Amino acid sequence: MKIIVNNEPREVRGRTLAELLEELGLGGAVVATAVNGSFTPVSQRGRRALAEGYRIEVLAPMQGG
Amino acid sequence: MQVYGVELRSRLFLGTVQYPSPAILARAVENAAAEVVTVSLRRESGAARAGQGFWSIIQGLGVRVLPNTAGCHSVKEAVTTAQMARELFGTPWIKLEVIGDHDTLQPDVFQLVEAARILAADGFQVFPYTTEDLIVAERLLDAGCRVLMPWGAPIGSGRGLANPMALRTLRAHYPDVPMVIDAGIGLPSHATQAMELGFDAVLLNTAVAKAGEPVRMARAFRQAVEAGREGYLAGPMGERDMAAPSTPVLGTAFRA
Repeated sequence: MKIIVNNEPREVRGRTLAELLEELGLGGAVVATAVNGSFTPVSQRGRRALAEGYRIEVLAPMQGG
Repeated sequence: MQVYGVELRSRLFLGTVQYPSPAILARAVENAAAEVVTVSLRRESGAARAGQGFWSIIQGLGVRVLPNTAGCHSVKEAVTTAQMARELFGTPWIKLEVIGDHDTLQPDVFQLVEAARILAADGFQVFPYTTEDLIVAERLLDAGCRVLMPWGAPIGSGRGLANPMALRTLRAHYPDVPMVIDAGIGLPSHATQAMELGFDAVLLNTAVAKAGEPVRMARAFRQAVEAGREGYLAGPMGERDMAAPSTPVLGTAFRA
């Protein structure tokens, strides 16, 4: 399945957001996620199904001013 | 000072960007005696995991974090980023930035007010990065903001307070609203001036991070903020146009 992760096209196997994060090596990481521009909390990642063409954002803490 | 029910002893908020090293950032925070530092969110790649290391450094500092929505140009982007920040950092605090112009990084105050209203209704405690405009301030307060963060000058410009008169008016109009001068501070004397005008705190980043000696500059800003605050509380004398002798004239020698 082709989706867009952080603005980059990717071919992935994961069917849910939780599976995708595992696949990306971010399973236990401190990250926040959005699917198609909407925030998806940790508690919903396991049942948030992904489909072709979805846009996923995976954000981590970063320096800020 | 109190912000959203939290008592802060330090009136210097510090950003965490552009320091020569994480160790210097940590020492700068310590020397500034900052209790609040600003942080942000960026895309994380599986390989780099840069954000994970940064987060453990910040957690080690024992300070409160104020996440920002830097880089957002719309209500939707800002609201989604704020929601992600709340989960990531575990705080309802959000420094709300909705940028309207690439060159000046001037806030889009119309979208700012709208985003503030949505976030406040959703339980966020919003710190809006705004201009010195009085009516915008009123709208932000109506939207549920209990703190305001007017700019001193454009972000990263280091020019100090570009419009002291309007800032003075804003301060006088809302004496009980905590206000933090955010952005544009370049020198310790700028911070002192902001505090002398009666602002509650200053938020700065580049002035410390890009100094020749960031740790020393952090200390200078701590002293400058304390001096300005003390000066404000002490009640400055009024200005006058003409000279007035400070030494008594009565009894001066050699006068007829």
